[in-house]
Amino acid sequence: MAIRNESLKTNLTGYAFISPFIIGFLAFTLIPMFISLYLSFTSYNLFTSPRWIGLGNFEKMFTNDPKYWNSVRVTIYYVFVGVPLRLAFALFVAMVLNTASRMVGTYRTIYYLPSIIGGSVAVSIMWRNIFSEQGIVNHFLMAFGAAPVNWFGNATAALGMLITLSVWQFGSSMLIFLAGLKNISPEMYEAASVDGASPVRKFLNITLPLLSPVILFNLIMQTISAFMTFVPAYVISKGEGGPLDGTMLYSLYLFRQAFMFNNMGYAAAMAWVMLIFIGILTFVLFKTSKMWVFYESEGGGR
Amino acid sequence: MAERKASIPEYNVISSTRAQKGWFWRKIKWPIYHIFVGLLAVLMMYPIAWMLLSSFKESRTIFATANTLLPAQWMWDNYITGWKGVGGYSFGHYMWNSLVIVVISTVGVVLSSAVIAFGFARLNFKGRNFWFAIMMVTLMLPHDVVLVPQYIIFTKLGWLNSIYPIVVPQFFGAPFFIFLMVQFIRTIPKDLDEAATIDGCGKFRLFIQIILPLIKSSLATAAIFSFYWRWEDLLGPVLYLNSPDKYTVSMGLKMFLDSESSSNWGAMFAMSIVSLLPVVAIFFAFQRHIVEGISSSGIKG
Repeated sequence: MAIRNESLKTNLTGYAFISPFIIGFLAFTLIPMFISLYLSFTSYNLFTSPRWIGLGNFEKMFTNDPKYWNSVRVTIYYVFVGVPLRLAFALFVAMVLNTASRMVGTYRTIYYLPSIIGGSVAVSIMWRNIFSEQGIVNHFLMAFGAAPVNWFGNATAALGMLITLSVWQFGSSMLIFLAGLKNISPEMYEAASVDGASPVRKFLNITLPLLSPVILFNLIMQTISAFMTFVPAYVISKGEGGPLDGTMLYSLYLFRQAFMFNNMGYAAAMAWVMLIFIGILTFVLFKTSKMWVFYESEGGGR
Repeated sequence: MAERKASIPEYNVISSTRAQKGWFWRKIKWPIYHIFVGLLAVLMMYPIAWMLLSSFKESRTIFATANTLLPAQWMWDNYITGWKGVGGYSFGHYMWNSLVIVVISTVGVVLSSAVIAFGFARLNFKGRNFWFAIMMVTLMLPHDVVLVPQYIIFTKLGWLNSIYPIVVPQFFGAPFFIFLMVQFIRTIPKDLDEAATIDGCGKFRLFIQIILPLIKSSLATAAIFSFYWRWEDLLGPVLYLNSPDKYTVSMGLKMFLDSESSSNWGAMFAMSIVSLLPVVAIFFAFQRHIVEGISSSGIKG
C-alpha cells in the first residue's frame, strides 16, 4: 500500500508541475485545432452560425481561386529561394568567422544584429524605403551603371525585395553553424592537410558531413518559419500584398481572407492545407536526411 | 624571391598549400581578411545607418539626398514631431502600452516555463515522455492553424480590444523556453536533488530554493527573447487592439506608414529608431545570453 501511495504521489507531483503546459496546450492549441478543422468544412463569417458546405472550401481553393494559386506560387518562391540562400550565406560567413582573430566577436555582433531587430515593423519600414524609387538601392545600382528598378511596380522585383530582407537576417543560423563548427576538432583538418587535401575537399569531406545534423535542424526550422512569414509582407505592401499580388505570401492571403473578408471557414481550410503541406515536407526532409545526414556516433564515436 | 624559397621547408610540415604561397601570402592574409569581412559588415549596417542619419535630415530632403549619408544640417525636429505621435496619442503612450504587455507577458512566460521545465527535467511520472513529445511537436506547429479559432474563442469571451488575448496565453509556458530550460536543468548534477530530498526537502522547495537559483542564466535568456517577441509583435495588436488608446509601438509605426507622405518621412524614421533603441540596448547589455541561447537551443532571433 505504502509503495502504491508513494508512486501515486510522485505522479501527481509531476502532473502538478507540467499542468500549465497541459492546460495551455488543450485551450490554445488542441481544441482550437479541432475547431479549425470543423470550420474548414463550413462557411462562417463570425456573425451568423457556421453553415456546413462539405468540401466546398477546398473545391473553391483548388479549382476556382486564381489568387490562392498565386499566393502558393509566391510563397514557394519565397521559401525555396530565400531559405537556401540564407543558409548558404550563414554557413559561408560562419566558416569565415571561425578563425582565431580577436575581431571575430565584433564581426559576429554586427552580422547578428539584423536578425535581432529583423522582425520589427521599424525594419520593414526601413526596407520599404531603401528600395523606394529614390532609395539607396537604386542609387547603388546607378553608381554601377545599372538601370534603377521600380521595386514597387513589378511583382518579381517586389518578391526579390522580400527575399533580400530574409537573407539579410542570416545571423541566427550563422550562430548555430558557428557553434557546430567549434565542435569539429582542428586535428581533422590538420590530418587532411598532411595528406595534401585542398580546401574544397576539406569542406566537402569534413565540414559538410560533420555539420549535416546542424544543417538539417536549421533547414527544418527556417523552412517552417519562412512559410509563416507575415510581418514584412504586411508592412512593405501596406497590407495589400501588392504590387500585382507579388508579395501576397500565404499567411498574408490567409489573414486577408479571415480578417478583411470575414471568410473564417475558407481561412481555416487554407490553414489546414498549409499544415498538411508543411507536415509532409518535414517528414520528407527527415526521411531523406538518412541519406545525407552523418551522425558521428555511427561512424566512430567521439 | 629568395626569402620566399627559404620559407618553404619550414612550412610544408604543416601545410603544403600554405607553404607554396609563402611569406607574401602570410603577410597580406589578415589585412585581406579584415577588408573583406569589414566591407561585408559595412554593407550589412548601411541600411540601419542610413535610416538613423536620415532621421536627422529635413523630411523633404531625405530622398533628394539619399546618396549622401550625413545630413547637411543636423536637426532634432523629426524626433519632436514624431514623438507627438499620430491618432491623437503621443508615441510615449504607445511605448508605455508596449511596455505593459512586455512586462506582464515576460513574467508570465518565464515563471510558467521554469515550473514546467522542472517537471519535465527532474520528476518521474507516467506519461512524461508522451507530454514531452507533444511539446516538441507544438514547437514546430505553424501558428497559422490556430489563428482563426483563437480569434473566435477570444471574441466569444469578450476579450476583443483588451490585452488579454496577447498576455494570457503566455502564462502557460512557451515550448522554446521550456526546451531551453530542460536542457539547462539536465546539466545540474542529480546528487544535489538527492541530498536535498534526504534532508526532507519537498519537490516544490527543491525547485524554488535549489534549482531556480542555478538556472538564472537560462531564465535571463528566456526573458530577453520574450521581450523581443512581444515588443516587436504586430499580429497580436493588429488582431486584438482596436482603439488607438491601446495601441502598441508596432501599431504606432504602422499608423505613421498608413499616413505616409513626404512631410512625415523624417518623423516615421525617427520613431522607427526610437522603437529599436530598447531592443539594441538589451542586445548589447546581454549579448552573451543571447548568443548562448541561440547556439544551444536554436531559438530564432
